Amino acid sequence: MKNQLMHLPLVCVLLCCSGGFAQAGQGNELDALREEIRQMRIDYEARIADLEARLDNAEEKEATQASLAQEAVAAPEPYEPEPYASAETVSVARDNSFNPAIGVTFQGQAWSYSQDPEDYLIPGFPLGGEAGPAPEGLSLAETEITMSANVDDKFTAMLTVPIVIEEGEVVVELEEAWVETLALPAGLSLRMGRFFSDIGYLNDKHFHSWDFADQPLVYQTFLGSQYIDDGLQLRWLAPTDFYLQFSGEVLRGDRYPAGGSANSGVGSTTLAVKTGGDIGLSNSWLFGFSWLRADAIERESGGEDDPLLFTGDSDIFIADFVWKWAPNGNSRQQNFKFQAEYMWRNEDGDYTLPDGTEGPWDYGQRGWYAQAIYQPFPRWRFGGRIDGLSADTPAMMWAGSPLYPVGNNPMRYSLMVDWSNSEFSRLRFQYNHDSATQFTDNQFGLQYIFSIGAHGAHGF
Amino acid sequence: MKKYMKNILFAVFLLLPFTVEAKLNVFACEPEWSALAEEIADDLVKATSATHAMQDPHYVEARPSLISKVRRADLVVCSGAQLEIGWLPMLLSKANNPRVLPGKDGFLEASTVVPRLDIPDSIDRAQGDMHPQGNPHIQMNPHNIARVAQAMGKRMALLDPENSERYASGTRDFLERWGGAIAVWEERALPLAGKRVVCHHTSWIYLEDWLKLEEVATLEPVPGIPPTASHLSALLAELGTDGSGADAIIRAPFQGAKASEWLQERTGIPAVMLPLTVGGSDGADDLFGLFDDVLERLLNVTGVTGT
Repeated sequence: MKNQLMHLPLVCVLLCCSGGFAQAGQGNELDALREEIRQMRIDYEARIADLEARLDNAEEKEATQASLAQEAVAAPEPYEPEPYASAETVSVARDNSFNPAIGVTFQGQAWSYSQDPEDYLIPGFPLGGEAGPAPEGLSLAETEITMSANVDDKFTAMLTVPIVIEEGEVVVELEEAWVETLALPAGLSLRMGRFFSDIGYLNDKHFHSWDFADQPLVYQTFLGSQYIDDGLQLRWLAPTDFYLQFSGEVLRGDRYPAGGSANSGVGSTTLAVKTGGDIGLSNSWLFGFSWLRADAIERESGGEDDPLLFTGDSDIFIADFVWKWAPNGNSRQQNFKFQAEYMWRNEDGDYTLPDGTEGPWDYGQRGWYAQAIYQPFPRWRFGGRIDGLSADTPAMMWAGSPLYPVGNNPMRYSLMVDWSNSEFSRLRFQYNHDSATQFTDNQFGLQYIFSIGAHGAHGF
Repeated sequence: MKKYMKNILFAVFLLLPFTVEAKLNVFACEPEWSALAEEIADDLVKATSATHAMQDPHYVEARPSLISKVRRADLVVCSGAQLEIGWLPMLLSKANNPRVLPGKDGFLEASTVVPRLDIPDSIDRAQGDMHPQGNPHIQMNPHNIARVAQAMGKRMALLDPENSERYASGTRDFLERWGGAIAVWEERALPLAGKRVVCHHTSWIYLEDWLKLEEVATLEPVPGIPPTASHLSALLAELGTDGSGADAIIRAPFQGAKASEWLQERTGIPAVMLPLTVGGSDGADDLFGLFDDVLERLLNVTGVTGT
């Protein structure tokens, strides 16, 4: 628009010049020139009128827009948050992008005994599996390496490899190696491989999550500390308001209290039911009942060098109860935990003593423990535990053997205090007054537990 | 035999999953998300929260009752960014519910739909409770609530297509009310800009970001490690005793009052408890009340309004 108006002075100059030429008296040319200029003037006038019209138009439009804008203020657009697009983009999928979650737990201990732990035995209750006191003095407990990841959309897998020192040798063990379904319908899941059996409360808890440095006596004698075996586990969680879970396992039966992979390699079966719930905001509980049927062929127990051999069935029934309290369910500040388990077992078969004596065996034994842990303020926890065992009196032929209980029922009393800087570090002191052995043993223990890397969430 | 069959059928019927219930079952890890689900979908959903306002969502037991709730959930909504790392994975692995596993439509991690703050450059547990994906306490900026509302409404429509229109209109309706409330809050909060606060834990950085508060210190020496005497003494030296070191000391309801009261007594800086989620105070009875009450308390403690 501006450019076109700039042409006006140019037209004036042209007109003046043409007047000058007219004085020169060239008639025809002058007329022609005049006509031309007249045309130009008409042309420019038309253009100017057009421009003025346009200007008016534009002004009008602006005014309408302004009034529209005013209306918009009166009725705002519906609120929407500023959209957020994730800034993260995966640039290169590296080979290690799918690495499993890896964690390592470091555990060490120092124990002092008033009796020689090498001679530890509970008359009437030969120890099986990995049970028994920790070595005297300074020693490493298991150093546990765990790896876990989803296999694909239908399966997940877990590996736990403790590295232990056995009589000076570094031994890599396989504690857990299982694959579990993720996509079964109707609340079912199936686990395959090597795993902690689902029986009892403490049986499937890792060493590093125990509240005491050692297992209750009943676990040590009946289950060889913890019953781990190879096989299948099916769990079903009922769709009820309260927690109700059923599980069943078939297992190879190669480890204490089974042995010898009986029944063509299906030596053990288990059944368990667990139920639990909350009472108010501060209390929750879990109750379980389980049964283990283990067939044993020449199962070893007692000393490693001259073991007792058992062939027959071991039936174990377990009732377990856990109650946890934390003000408002806020266990970080303050919490209390009570847990107790009662086990009853009957073993029916034949025992062979190291000296070759053989005889029938069909007796019941019972064991129990109750423990309480109190955290009055962050980081510090204090706990006490009572352990006990009792047995039917076997036939006189077993008198004097490790199978024959003596005197009162074996009992043990434990106290512990631990300090945790974070959920990844814990230092513990424990004292056991152990009268389960022939001579009362006073045991003092120090323990550390540290975890690095991925650390799976703990169960209830 | 026929007589027994009747009994058996009855028993089977009793054990059948109670899925006849038409409502969408929403399992929220934190109360703000169950409250939001109800704001959006009202009586179309049955929403429960795993934690309540008096609990620290970092540290919750994977209780049996929670496992059975996840078992029956259609949608699990959690803040994520590893806030629930200590218990949610255990619930998911025990609940045998493939519909709500991460990656499925039934699992919504709220922190993935909002701009996260404090994403660390390097990760080392020596620096305390680190969250590699950033600070997880995203709910304290109301614009984040709106973003999660949009995502949640879409998920609900996906999971329950029959009612998709009602979820969409519910989301629109909520956003309209929420947008109006935000405008009011932002107007009221103008005087708070630039106020300096001392926090118990780094629970408030989204609130600080929204209101332009300045966090000058935390009572925890590193995130997740409870306040220690030596750290508090160092803070005292830093903040001085004339009350000029900061404008307020803030903590959540579940964080012990001892440390902030100790510091209040010696520095003269007023301490205040702020609700961190719905239910954290009398006023915070829903999402709107939560921000009303947080502002009210902040304005009072910093002396902008009130006594």
